[in-house]
Amino acid sequence: MRHGKRGPAFYILAAFFALFVLFLYGPTITILVLSFQGPQGQLTFPMTGVSLHWFRNLFETQMVGDISGALKRSLILGVVVMIVTMVFSFSAGLAFRSRFRGSSLIFYLAIASLIVPSILISLGIGLLFRVLDLDPAWYTSAFGAHLTWTLPFGLLIMLAVFNRFDRRYEEAARDLGATPWQTIRHVVIPIVLPSLIGVGLFGFTLSYDEFARSLYTAGTFNTLPLEIYGMTTNITTPVLYALGTVTTTVSFLVIAIALIAFTIVRRRRERHGSDAGKAA
Amino acid sequence: MTRTTSWTTYLQVTPLALVFLIFLVIPIATIVVVSFFDYNTTSIIPAFLSQNYEELLFSSVTWQTYLQTVEFALMAWVLTFLIGFTLAYFLAFHVRSATWQQVLFLVCTIPFWTSNVIRMISWIPFLGRNGLANMTLMKLGIIHQPLEFLLYSNFSVVLVYVHLYTLFMVVPIFNSMMRIDRSLLEAALDAGASGWQTLTNVILPLCKPGIAIGSIFVVTIVMGDFVTVRMMSGGLSSSVALMMANAMSLLQYPAAAANAVVLLLVVLMIVAGMMRVVDIRKEL
Repeated sequence: MRHGKRGPAFYILAAFFALFVLFLYGPTITILVLSFQGPQGQLTFPMTGVSLHWFRNLFETQMVGDISGALKRSLILGVVVMIVTMVFSFSAGLAFRSRFRGSSLIFYLAIASLIVPSILISLGIGLLFRVLDLDPAWYTSAFGAHLTWTLPFGLLIMLAVFNRFDRRYEEAARDLGATPWQTIRHVVIPIVLPSLIGVGLFGFTLSYDEFARSLYTAGTFNTLPLEIYGMTTNITTPVLYALGTVTTTVSFLVIAIALIAFTIVRRRRERHGSDAGKAA
Repeated sequence: MTRTTSWTTYLQVTPLALVFLIFLVIPIATIVVVSFFDYNTTSIIPAFLSQNYEELLFSSVTWQTYLQTVEFALMAWVLTFLIGFTLAYFLAFHVRSATWQQVLFLVCTIPFWTSNVIRMISWIPFLGRNGLANMTLMKLGIIHQPLEFLLYSNFSVVLVYVHLYTLFMVVPIFNSMMRIDRSLLEAALDAGASGWQTLTNVILPLCKPGIAIGSIFVVTIVMGDFVTVRMMSGGLSSSVALMMANAMSLLQYPAAAANAVVLLLVVLMIVAGMMRVVDIRKEL
């Protein structure tokens, strides 16, 4: 079956797949094109010209609210969430290698954190801050709310990684006289690094795009998704599309950087791996 | 030795546990407590009343909204499952080279990394009265007046759910499929099963864990959604979360909290049903 000629089923499924990809990307490409709409243009085709008018418009603060501020906050929050997610999930992943008391509880808390609807977590944290008479802010309550979304993914990925981890590498390091810290620093981290980068990338984008969990936790200053949402309700010009183009570009840049980092790590590993047995 | 190991183990897991305690357990507990509070137009008053629940459960609006939300969840679930399963099946069994498999998989996942709100907005030039869909259909002479139901309707809400969340089905189902021992398929073929029989009697049962995980994601997200409903229905439809958000904006926090508790119970019951099919710890 695997080496035979492709049957009609293949072509039907391939066409279905292609249609789905079109469905997935079509709208995004449409607004990408429309964001270069001429100054007199509307929300739909036809294009009345090609201009950067709506991009300039986007960054004039008084026109559309505080987009650059929101973008900055979301980027900072995303990066901090990324780093904290990587460190906490890695550390918890190490702990989960030995069955400790309460490990099931924490595991099921992580699952619960995934399945409790985001809006409830947002509401809960918002209420908690209100009851305690604290002011919610993007760097306290929203930060915590985002972690409840990124950490479960991080933990599950690290658990899967450590399930497949060959502990003989560590034993070898220990036999050669490495301290526990040296073992982690020079053996464990390099081996799990690609997955760890994955966890970080995941954490960043989840936080950068998170809407519901920021809603009642961000406080006075909006993160980008909240700002965008606010704009959609009161702006009906192609500025919206310019905004879409800008945020999508940022997301793609992050993916590209991560993929490049990934490839570099892999290349370096291949080079390092190949010198085994070649030492003098 | 064992004592020191366990000491470091607890130290390693403490940061994660603290985040869940402070930002998950305590907030949910807060919701439960506040749901019994009294409130007036300006503040919430600590109390132990069942009034919030009574007002919620004896209102027909509540029941209609829950019904509408379950309906959305059911439609989104059926569609994302059918489409997601088909896509995963194509990737896992019909794409032969591992490189192409990876590339096509990546193509499916990339949009997931971009903003959901933006992806919703991007349907507007497509579905609007003067949007691409209507223009094309009119030019082709299939319709003579713009179709009104395309944008700001239940149709566009479900369409966007499918657009945003099919990926949550594709990834776990694809994972399950890649773990299926290929010799099982040959055995089925040798035993005289048709392609369709292999699909329904071998592949489908073996994909159950993946299907369950995907379903849990899609159903819990749609049950708790209000942005899509608000943006894509143009205010014509409602959802439980939207009802909560409205109560919040009127500063009726205890009412919103009572609704949150009910929603949480409903979602947990649905998930418990789906969890019977899958042991997540075994899936890692």
